[in-house]
Amino acid sequence: MKPAAFAYAKASSVREAIELLGKNKKGARLLAGGQSLIAALNLRLDAPSLLIDINGIGGLDKIALKQNWVELGALVRHAAALRSAVVQKHAPLIAKALPHVGHPAIRNRGTIGGSIALADPAAELPACLIALGGEVVISGPKGKRTVKADGFFKDLFETALGPRDLLTAIRVPAANRESRFGFAEICRRHGDYAMVGLAAAARAEGAHLRDIRLVYFGVGSTAVRARRAETALAKHGPDAAVAALQDDLDPPDDVQASGATKKYLAGVLLRRIARELAGASA
Amino acid sequence: MKIVDDLPPGLSALDRPNSYIGRAIPRPNLQRLAQGRGQFVSDVVLPRMAHVAFLRSPYAHARIKKIATAKAEKAPGVVAVVTGAELAKVITPWVGVLTHLKGIKSAPQHAIAVERACWQGEAVCAVVAHTRAEAEDACELIEIAYEELKPVTDAETALDAKTPVIHPELGDNLTFERKYEAGEPDKGFAEADAVVETTFVFGRHTGVCVEPRAIVADWNAGEQRLTVYQGTQAPHMMQNLFAKHLGLEEHQVRVLCKDVGGSFGIKVHVYADEMAVAALSKLLQRPVKFVADRIESFVTDIHARDHRVKAKIGVKKDGTITAWEIDDLTGIGPYSVYPRTSGIEANQIVNLTGGPYRCMNYRARARVVFQNKNVMCQYRAVGHPIATAVTEELVDLAAMKIGMDPVEIRRRNLIPDDGYPCAGASGIKFEKLSHHASLAKIVAMMDYAKLRREQEELRRRGIHRGIGFAAFIEVTNPSAAFYGVGGARISSQDGATLKLDATGAVICQSGVTEQGQGAEAVMAQVVATAVGVPIERVRVITGDTDNTPYGGGTWASRAAGIGGEAGWQAGKILRANILAVAGSILQATPEALDIRSGVVVDKDSGRERIGLDEVARVAYFRPDTLPPGFQAELMATRHYVPRAWPFAFTNGIQASWLEVDVEIGTVKLLRHWCVEDCGTVINPQLVDEQIRGGVVQGIGGALFEHCIYDRDGQLVNGNMADYLVPMAAEMPDIEVGHVVTPTADSELGAKGAGEAGTAGAPAAVMNAINDALKPLGAKLLVEMPFTPERILKALGRV
Amino acid sequence: MSRAALAIALHVNGEPVRATVEARKTLVDFLREDLGLTGSHVGCEHGVCGACTVRVDGEIVRGCLMLAVQCDGARVETIEGVSDSGEIADLQDAFQRRNALQCGYCTPGMLLTAQEFLKAGAVPTRDAIREQIAGNYCRCTGYHAIVDAIEATAQARAGGRK
Repeated sequence: MKPAAFAYAKASSVREAIELLGKNKKGARLLAGGQSLIAALNLRLDAPSLLIDINGIGGLDKIALKQNWVELGALVRHAAALRSAVVQKHAPLIAKALPHVGHPAIRNRGTIGGSIALADPAAELPACLIALGGEVVISGPKGKRTVKADGFFKDLFETALGPRDLLTAIRVPAANRESRFGFAEICRRHGDYAMVGLAAAARAEGAHLRDIRLVYFGVGSTAVRARRAETALAKHGPDAAVAALQDDLDPPDDVQASGATKKYLAGVLLRRIARELAGASA
Repeated sequence: MKIVDDLPPGLSALDRPNSYIGRAIPRPNLQRLAQGRGQFVSDVVLPRMAHVAFLRSPYAHARIKKIATAKAEKAPGVVAVVTGAELAKVITPWVGVLTHLKGIKSAPQHAIAVERACWQGEAVCAVVAHTRAEAEDACELIEIAYEELKPVTDAETALDAKTPVIHPELGDNLTFERKYEAGEPDKGFAEADAVVETTFVFGRHTGVCVEPRAIVADWNAGEQRLTVYQGTQAPHMMQNLFAKHLGLEEHQVRVLCKDVGGSFGIKVHVYADEMAVAALSKLLQRPVKFVADRIESFVTDIHARDHRVKAKIGVKKDGTITAWEIDDLTGIGPYSVYPRTSGIEANQIVNLTGGPYRCMNYRARARVVFQNKNVMCQYRAVGHPIATAVTEELVDLAAMKIGMDPVEIRRRNLIPDDGYPCAGASGIKFEKLSHHASLAKIVAMMDYAKLRREQEELRRRGIHRGIGFAAFIEVTNPSAAFYGVGGARISSQDGATLKLDATGAVICQSGVTEQGQGAEAVMAQVVATAVGVPIERVRVITGDTDNTPYGGGTWASRAAGIGGEAGWQAGKILRANILAVAGSILQATPEALDIRSGVVVDKDSGRERIGLDEVARVAYFRPDTLPPGFQAELMATRHYVPRAWPFAFTNGIQASWLEVDVEIGTVKLLRHWCVEDCGTVINPQLVDEQIRGGVVQGIGGALFEHCIYDRDGQLVNGNMADYLVPMAAEMPDIEVGHVVTPTADSELGAKGAGEAGTAGAPAAVMNAINDALKPLGAKLLVEMPFTPERILKALGRV
Repeated sequence: MSRAALAIALHVNGEPVRATVEARKTLVDFLREDLGLTGSHVGCEHGVCGACTVRVDGEIVRGCLMLAVQCDGARVETIEGVSDSGEIADLQDAFQRRNALQCGYCTPGMLLTAQEFLKAGAVPTRDAIREQIAGNYCRCTGYHAIVDAIEATAQARAGGRK
């Protein structure tokens, strides 16, 4: 099980990476943490002609609080984010999710940007980014742009990133006193991709929760916002929200569970998260 | 500090002065392995060595119409592209049958498929290249025209008239059938107050050794000799088979096996691709290496445990079990695996079901059928987990039906400890077992009454915990009855050769092999004790057919009981021979002398007389000083095979304490206990760790592991992300206790311990889950693995 | 940007190494095949089993999920290095005394994973130890003995600091 041959180039700047992508539109892949990509190469599920290693690009591994936004550079490793006081304090949902991502050796290499750009539908971070109403910062041949998380994830492993784009950072609104978060996932083993997971955020307004965002992962071709359940939870409470999930989710069967089971489990998670959100706001 | 240091020797018949028997001596080879200085076959590099990659059938069943290799042959680094038909000129096919499994049949299997591929993953072409990567590159350039054939995948319908016959020359898809009846089962069921019946399903799973199968074959045309470095449990068996199928004499083949990264029965079979590697080396006259990658391991390492068992038990109100009946069906892939056959697992299920209990009314049928999936064969605790799960769930069901505690029903039905020797319901023969002592011990270890109270109290708080028991018997120390009588050249005897070296140390060559169980440590302990030398003065050599006595290797928990006994007997001879030399040097009668801590002493006083280094010096370098006519013999060989009993059965009992999250269907294992009786415990630490590792392997099958095939015969989860092996976070601490009932068939009295953990754990976990869910009116869970989905279904939640 | 072999220079177990490697060669294959450091093992090649765990710039990584070319300029440490330096001698000793390895194939990766955890200094709970090594597959031991050995080492090191 060895990768097919490919060429390798190490980009030293965002511009250089984009130029390299431009020259090799079809067969190039960006290499960040490599924790999914290199496995796919080893399995020959993917055989790019060129790998563009972006690990040498300076400045992409920063975690910063900027005007009520937490910005995580694309090359921030999962382990670094987990250790970060800024993330703990200002992006606690991400801090809750990160221990569920893989295992220590994976978290030492895997990057925040890589997780978002790959957009694995069973991964934790895309769901967190959507739940937080975050943004993705992208550099492309025409310059820099920002895409809202809600519009970033298009389909299975498909995002708003174009063939010559480089994700340089993600940004999430910094948590404040009104912020409420919940995170839970069901795995058969610690560190596995979730059978079903839920990342949730809300704003407490007195006894009420506003701006509820419930984002499931492991239930479709992308992380899925359960919009009807969000509304139902705000207006009528958990029972109505669970009922509304029937229309929000249509999970496919996979080797761990049928779609019906996943849908049921999504409801259990919703009740647990609703308690977590409500409990925190009490 | 949880590490228990070596314990002082207890008192036993084997207690010679400075005995190592019964002591937790750390294995001498562990530092080497812990420092990354092992020598695994994956590590072997030889001059001119090439690497092979196999192109494997993507179809479960397909005719190979054409193989176009021209492009691959021109690819960079390629040495040769070889098809099955070309390789068949070098190596003959084989048929996996044994004469004592009456009626078993199979078709000839080739090293590389010829004309037809019969499972997804069967090799259809080989590429030999300078690197594995280049070989894989070239595989992508081979064009094969297949004609898809209808695959047979469902064992339930494999024998139906409308199902295609995989090997038409065999007439049907029935590999083997065994029917057995003892006592009066119909009468037993008629006399029962309650009869309970259910159908068990066991998920197909596989060994997932961390080091995949690996082999380097080196045909030396100048020497006309084949040297094979192979991760195998049975070097002499493989030597014989390489010779047989490559047209060589046995002495033209040397099999070397250093460190092996796990085996568990996976590495005791003949694999077509490994035979192909030997043939390719002979064809190309250079060393060829093959290390199965993880993906091909999933579709080629033998699978096991894919069984459906309909089962029935009769019970009286007083708890007396009155009859058993089972009907087992298993699909074993398209070939019966060579040379052990794929009939043994079903055969063992017939043999072992009901085994711990007194009830002798028993009817069984087992059918083994062909199908187009990867082959199944013997894997750790062959048949035991299934037979134990069926038996123990039936016993629990019977207890539930009559309202009896699970411990009590076992107490009333287990064969009494003073009831031996006797036979089990299937006719298997027991020398002496200790079910009741084991049950009493585990009940005490786990504080059963307290645990039941805790369970009750937690239930009131909505926490659902369960207790499950599993009494078991275990086949160890197999005699020739296992394979030899069926015509397989698999040695049940084993040998040990001991040599006193010129500095007074002892070199032990043994026919058993080491794959991590600690066989070498056990041999060293036995030999050091028998001869009377410090254990540091014993070096054990295994895994080399040129340099060890003929033996069977390590499988079916035979290394300590059989290999160890050979070492013990050889040690006694060497001691006597050393004392003869010492006696003639000291002009003393040898009978008045002994060897203690490497020094010849007066037996009575313990006074030191002469060191073994001095004895060796005189014997080897100054034999002229010994009396005329006296010849020192400082090398001794002894062999041993169990003769009095076909198998040394061991016994034990396990218990599981777990919690089910009834909302999401997950199981949290809290505690696990095992009491086992493997006779004389040579090294308690090694026995405990065999049990613990075995338990977790059993838990894997109960909760996680499953080779999932679709209807077309495609394995859909053949990778380590989707095939779930047990990892540390989900496993419990495991407490192990012992009851000691030595076998009288050997002087050591040691039986095996390698299967016990795996034999009982799935049953204990199953019973505990069902116990936890009982008050909730859940359906009985009898289909392994117990996934969250299955548990939720049983609870009616999905 | 070439498919041809690429020149790299790095430190492996403290020794400077210069080599040319194909871009597709993984770190663990480079260590094993090019440098003969066969203590790092290959178990699954898709990042699940942990047998190939090595340290790069002081942190454990999967050797099968990094390319050798990515290690240009890096500091790589393997089981051979940490054995020779004596860094984990106490942990290795605990593994031996507790029989926390059987076949030994997972052990180098297991030891490096445990050491990363132990370096942090605290005496972890058994559950925390199990979580730390949850990405390292061992088929032989059932993990109990491994947890014991790591726990004992943590306790001994904590005792030593007092």
